[in-house]
Amino acid sequence: MTVVDKAPSAPARPAAPREPRITDEHGRRVRVWELALRYLLLLGVLALTVGPFLWQLSTSLKGPTEDIFSSPPRFLPADPTVHNYERVADTIPVWDYALNSLKVAAANVVTNCVGAALAGYALARLRYRGRTAATLAFILAMLVPVEGIIIAQFTTMRDLGLNNTLIGVVLPGCVSALNVLLMRNAFLNLPYEIEEAAFVDGANVWQRFLRVAVPSVKGTLAVVAIFAFMGAWDDFLWPLIVLSDPSKFTLTIGLNYLHGTFANDERLVAAGTIIAVAPLIALFACLQRYFFRGVGEGAVKG
Amino acid sequence: MASPTVSRVRRQLPSSPWLFAAPGLLITGAFILYPFVSTLVNAFTDRRTLIPGEFVGLANFRELLHDDMFWIGLRNSTLYVLGVVPALVVLPLLLALLVQKNIPGITFFRSAFYTPVVASIVVVGLIWVWLLDERGLVNSLLEAIGVGRVGFLSDQWLLLLSAMAVTVWKGLGYYMIIYLAALANVPRELHEAAAVDGAGAVRRFLTVTVPAVRSTMVLVGALSSVAAFKVFSEVYLMAGPSGGPAGEDTTLVMLVQRTGTGLTGRVGYASAISVVVFVVTVALMLLVLRADRKDAS
Repeated sequence: MTVVDKAPSAPARPAAPREPRITDEHGRRVRVWELALRYLLLLGVLALTVGPFLWQLSTSLKGPTEDIFSSPPRFLPADPTVHNYERVADTIPVWDYALNSLKVAAANVVTNCVGAALAGYALARLRYRGRTAATLAFILAMLVPVEGIIIAQFTTMRDLGLNNTLIGVVLPGCVSALNVLLMRNAFLNLPYEIEEAAFVDGANVWQRFLRVAVPSVKGTLAVVAIFAFMGAWDDFLWPLIVLSDPSKFTLTIGLNYLHGTFANDERLVAAGTIIAVAPLIALFACLQRYFFRGVGEGAVKG
Repeated sequence: MASPTVSRVRRQLPSSPWLFAAPGLLITGAFILYPFVSTLVNAFTDRRTLIPGEFVGLANFRELLHDDMFWIGLRNSTLYVLGVVPALVVLPLLLALLVQKNIPGITFFRSAFYTPVVASIVVVGLIWVWLLDERGLVNSLLEAIGVGRVGFLSDQWLLLLSAMAVTVWKGLGYYMIIYLAALANVPRELHEAAAVDGAGAVRRFLTVTVPAVRSTMVLVGALSSVAAFKVFSEVYLMAGPSGGPAGEDTTLVMLVQRTGTGLTGRVGYASAISVVVFVVTVALMLLVLRADRKDAS
């Protein structure tokens, strides 16, 4: 019986449509009830992590006549409207704030990528007196808690006459020490031979940097860019301290202002927060593989 | 191997290494290292926003000892560490175990769980202010199941607890990724050997997984405790600039911000509070790392 069963099934196996193999981290098949439990837990966590954003979206789409405080709560707007988004723009210059945030974030991306790549290259690949001291300066800077020096940063900015400007918002974080060290490590991991070949071909240090070294560390550069953008777009404490003129506000400060002034109209605040978070979620959705770099590689190895 | 190349480069373009490092060094020096040193110096002066100030020795620190608001801030920042850190060490590990298995759709779940990390703290704060409002979603649900409404944002302690919950909620995905990377390096053989010995899932978790990711747990503990002690945004947004009822929810960094800014800002005094923040965060780091060494030996 067994013999008869086994013999024909062996050649037939490649032709049969492959079932999706659901295995655990040790290659064993997962039992159905365990799988069901897993999905149940995953859905529960999903509701907890993403639910609040959806609730905010729903609130922002509810019209002025709809009761947003109803109990039991209504999860879907009865008559969805974008009216609240128009009203936010009437109440605070939300699009100007978004533009300010975009300027700050874009500047932060450019300066961090350029500055960190340059400095990282100098620390990893060039030899000169004082290199160790320069490396140490960046390591020390990375350890300084920003929250503790904001008042001194503010007085420095005022001495430079740059408080209450967007340049003042950008400057302190525009070449972050962490990014410099990240780029340094990326350059350190490149084999020297590549650059030596370029050197033999007569490339000077700038050409080697731009044509050989930088293209080889694109992955790290992408990570630096993403975190520079998010960091600038999301920052709250520093812009709150350095900006006093409402026309210069970034989105986060503008939202706090909206919340403080119009706390009673949740639809309005909700619309504002969705405007602030939507671009980031879109950016994240496009670039999410960079966020999980290394995790997948490790999983394959393990 | 590389030194000949490097030394030839040096002869060729003697000033270029500093040109490369200059932008980074300039920014770091001017806006991180100089403010750090000037914070340390200012802490011993009576500097104000518009007045240069003079050396006053330890006067600021003596005043701190008698400042009720400072003790409230120190208490709240410390409570924050105690409340947030255990949750952020344990929960993301469990979450990482949940999303570790490669089952269909898992990439979607991983990304979705990371969303709160991506969202700005202001957005997160305002979303939770709305959720925890007296008439908000959480209270509607609590009322629907018969518990009744709870004043999450009006009671001093519930407010602090709510802010902690928000910090944990926002941090889960971030630390989950760190744990995922660590879990990927746990040798499979260890689990299999334990399974052969008849160890169940819970036992395997405690005897194989936890020891294998212990150093990551220490790292997460260090990172999250330093971050928790410096908490600002969550409490500022949920309790308001003045720090909740009678300022009882003020944290140390909120106190720095409130004391040191504005035209009448007491820069010297705020710097003294900042020095306390430095000292405690460094101490926290050392404490966690020391505990790590002791356990390991």
